[in-house]
Amino acid sequence: MVDMTPTHIDAEIVRPAGLRGIVADWSSDQRAFKNVSWGKAMMWIFLLSDTFIFSCFLLSYMTVRMSTVVPWPNPSEVFALTIGAEKIPLILIAIMTFVLISSSGTMAMAVNFGYRRDRWKTAALMLATAALGATFVGMQAFEWTKLIGEGVRPWGNPWGAPQFGSSFFMITGFHGTHVTIGVIFLILMARKVLRGDFDQARRGFFTSRKGRYEIVEITGLYWHFVDLVWVFIFALFYLW
Amino acid sequence: MTQVMAETDLHRGETKAQHHPIRLYLVVWGWLFVLSTCSYLVDYFGLSGYLRWSLILLFMILKAGLIVAIFMHMAWERLALIYAILVPPMLILVFVGIMIFESNYTLLTRLLFFASGS
Repeated sequence: MVDMTPTHIDAEIVRPAGLRGIVADWSSDQRAFKNVSWGKAMMWIFLLSDTFIFSCFLLSYMTVRMSTVVPWPNPSEVFALTIGAEKIPLILIAIMTFVLISSSGTMAMAVNFGYRRDRWKTAALMLATAALGATFVGMQAFEWTKLIGEGVRPWGNPWGAPQFGSSFFMITGFHGTHVTIGVIFLILMARKVLRGDFDQARRGFFTSRKGRYEIVEITGLYWHFVDLVWVFIFALFYLW
Repeated sequence: MTQVMAETDLHRGETKAQHHPIRLYLVVWGWLFVLSTCSYLVDYFGLSGYLRWSLILLFMILKAGLIVAIFMHMAWERLALIYAILVPPMLILVFVGIMIFESNYTLLTRLLFFASGS
């Protein structure tokens, strides 16, 4: 019984270059994404839809910030931390950015070792990624606690335009949820890698299909996307 | 039989697709650190106006490009997938334009009516 759709075509597909090649790939009732498995294509399409969701949040934030007559609280001061005696602007957010970028680096290497079928290094790097992600969520929880303690609410704050709170909680909350789901996803897949599911072609508990090391790359796509969204939030929400 | 063939195909496909040395990822990682530090320094030194805006957006686009192209392997995908995924988000820029227009109008009416009304 064929239990999976063959998704990799080994033979070289000859296509004209550029736009003509795209038309040739998409036309004539055939599979559009030639050498991409359904799992990877579906993750990309999901990420595209998620892009639109985050774009809507960032756009509505831009709209309320541009149209308010009340001054917007200065993020540089709101997110400053006092370390020792010095007040350093935006330092927590900078550290969070570095933590998330590092997690993306370990994830990229996990994907590479996955394709080399190095079980231990793949699982270790995935767990390191999950640990960095959990650190990020922890720092976000700290940031939320601090701001709520200072009186920031979705309907108001002590420093200016009330829309600051609603935008902040909505955008960072949604992003934090994505990171949390990513951490869970990473731990589950690291367990499968470690157990050797993909070497022994063990059937999955949920789908009864045989997994492949490609799932590490698909998990990685999701994880890098979470980092990508943070790049935009960091620039547009914290640095504006 | 078909399955065995499909699976050997899959494995060959996997090894064919991934030949990047780890060094590449470390270099990109380093660049992402440098770019993040740069965008943080923009705020730290309190640059403002168009200089701040252009620097922030420049560093943002460079970082996003590195992540999508190298970490997400988009640079090695077929053009059909690249266009299907990367062209639709470009339309968001039209949406941005519409909302800038809209918020300027809202701001104008607020200034006119809140200032003179009370």
